[in-house]
Amino acid sequence: MKLYAVVGNALRTLARNPMRAMLTTLGIVIGVGSVIAMMEIGSGSSEALKKSIANMGANMLMVFPGMTNTGGVSGGMGSAKNLTPDDCAAIIKECPAIRAAAPLVWVRAQAVRGNRNWVPQQIMGTTADYLEVRGNRIEQGVSISQRDILNCNRVCLIGKTVAQNLFDNESPVNQEIRLKSITFRVIGVLAPKGANMVGQDQDDVILAPWTTVKYRISSTTSSASTQGESSKNSTTGSTRGILYHSATPDLYPARSSTQAEDSPISLRLASVNMILASAVSPEAIPAAIDQITILLRERHRLRPDSDDDFIIRDMTEMTNTLSSTTKLMTNLLLCVAMISLMVGGVGIMNIMLVSVTERTREIGLRMAVGARSRDILTQFLVEAIVLCLIGGLIGILLGHGGAMLVAMTLHWPVATSIPAILAAFLVSASVGIIFGYYPAWKASRLDPIEALRYE
Amino acid sequence: MALITLKNIYKDYYLGDIDVPVLKGISLDIAGGEMVALMGASGSGKSTLMNILGCLDRPTSGEYWLDGEEVSRLSSDRRAMIRNRKIGFVFQNFNLLARTSALDNVAMPLAYTAGQLSNREARQRAETMLTRVGLADRMEHVPAQLSGGQQQRVAIARALINHPPVLFADEPTGNLDSHTSEEVLAMFQELNRTEKITIILVTHDSHVAEHAQRVIHISDGVVVDGVFGPAGGEA
Repeated sequence: MKLYAVVGNALRTLARNPMRAMLTTLGIVIGVGSVIAMMEIGSGSSEALKKSIANMGANMLMVFPGMTNTGGVSGGMGSAKNLTPDDCAAIIKECPAIRAAAPLVWVRAQAVRGNRNWVPQQIMGTTADYLEVRGNRIEQGVSISQRDILNCNRVCLIGKTVAQNLFDNESPVNQEIRLKSITFRVIGVLAPKGANMVGQDQDDVILAPWTTVKYRISSTTSSASTQGESSKNSTTGSTRGILYHSATPDLYPARSSTQAEDSPISLRLASVNMILASAVSPEAIPAAIDQITILLRERHRLRPDSDDDFIIRDMTEMTNTLSSTTKLMTNLLLCVAMISLMVGGVGIMNIMLVSVTERTREIGLRMAVGARSRDILTQFLVEAIVLCLIGGLIGILLGHGGAMLVAMTLHWPVATSIPAILAAFLVSASVGIIFGYYPAWKASRLDPIEALRYE
Repeated sequence: MALITLKNIYKDYYLGDIDVPVLKGISLDIAGGEMVALMGASGSGKSTLMNILGCLDRPTSGEYWLDGEEVSRLSSDRRAMIRNRKIGFVFQNFNLLARTSALDNVAMPLAYTAGQLSNREARQRAETMLTRVGLADRMEHVPAQLSGGQQQRVAIARALINHPPVLFADEPTGNLDSHTSEEVLAMFQELNRTEKITIILVTHDSHVAEHAQRVIHISDGVVVDGVFGPAGGEA
């Protein structure tokens, strides 16, 4: 028999008893429907989860300066002073796998406001990009501007913990605080982030333009680092550091073209403690590391055989969490899908067996007029497959509709998953084959004489 | 040569480890165009012989020549093909597919015919057949909407759709009243006369058997009467 004729025959047979066909395939409808709905809702929330884990900084890269080794005494990581804000600017400009990058300098100081004082865990000098890299938001006020950085403006952003300790319930915006006897104007308050993965309070922070921190706070004292850079480390342009300490806030004095010709190597104006960069996605981290390595080796003029004079760290822990969470969710859904489709398949098998018994006479008659065992097998198998595919199709529509409904009413994130739809279709066809085979085989083994006589 | 030749057909059934012989050496000839009645009491082996003749069953030993071909040793697929091409069946209980139109019922065997006809041709042939049995105005009716006689006529149309040389009718009037029985039997006679179709009526009703040209009596697994009918005897 030709295939289309068999399929047409199966459809007609099913149409003869639509109520039963519908009930039979209900298991598949529910199975496929729930799988599709869960897949769509699940992949939507996993997408959202990914985003929020990425916001925590899963795609974050930390670039530290390398270590000094003087006379066998290692200075420890970050002891070299060879990472500059220019390196950071170059990373932003030349590494396509990097979304944003911010230089960081830090000091430890007491913040004073009126009769209150507080020592924040972190006082950091940075740029506005820091907020983007860390996924921070400004709750009140405005962010640090480029002009603030160029002018060494005494402005700062403070975290929730600092705000609470210094201001109680007052609005801190446009109030003043003092750090090492320098007055800063609070221009914004950061949205609370809570503790990070090692238990550090991320709201106990003051952010200021890196130039301000570098030249106004840390250079006035020797507390910022173990090797007071302004006095000892002549290669990093410490004389300029002293220069900027003066009242003139001009960071880059205009150079004449002659001067530029004479000294084409730009001076390292300042070193930073760290560059914080964020890759475009968690998957792009290896590429980003490569790009930064190549760029910095070039900028630092390292010979091919010398070691890197910087260290790049990524958040492997978080990335692993991210991938294992996604994997877990997918596997969980797969298990549920398999179970429900199995239940549906057993339902199909059950009814097909009943149907074979009920139609014994028909089978006998078909054999008497010339149907071979193979024809009977095909007929019942195709019937089961058609039933499953119709069920699968209805299930896909219902599941998709359900997911859309959830998206509309509960505002959950939903993502249509084409692979899930294809898989559901294939799986329902295979369920038809697997669970339809036994009843069809049973039908094909019937003896026509017995079958014709069956009451 | 005869259309059907049986030579020394034996059929045993195995019940546990006891052999139960049902047919004990049956030999007979049926010529093309004959109308034969196969008679016998229940348990005589009549149904078994009918199943062997209809290629639904195989004899334990012996030869069965149908239309010049030894069919007793063929595989089940080959026998299915023979049933499709050379044999038509009419049953006591009609055996029509429920909730299926008369037309589809009649066209059903064509689905198993190798070298198939197109849908349209199959339909046309079924229509011709139904018209011939006088049901031109009942083509789209389902069996539940037809009377017993009409249902049996649909069954006859179905049996004839592939123009088989031989038609088996197993108690064709068993479920019909006497009036419609006459009609159906008259139709068999007419088919036999005009189309030269060999018709074998299996019955225990002597009144039905009277419509045949020859009556073969079976008793206890052997032919007791009618091995050589008037036609066969003369030939």
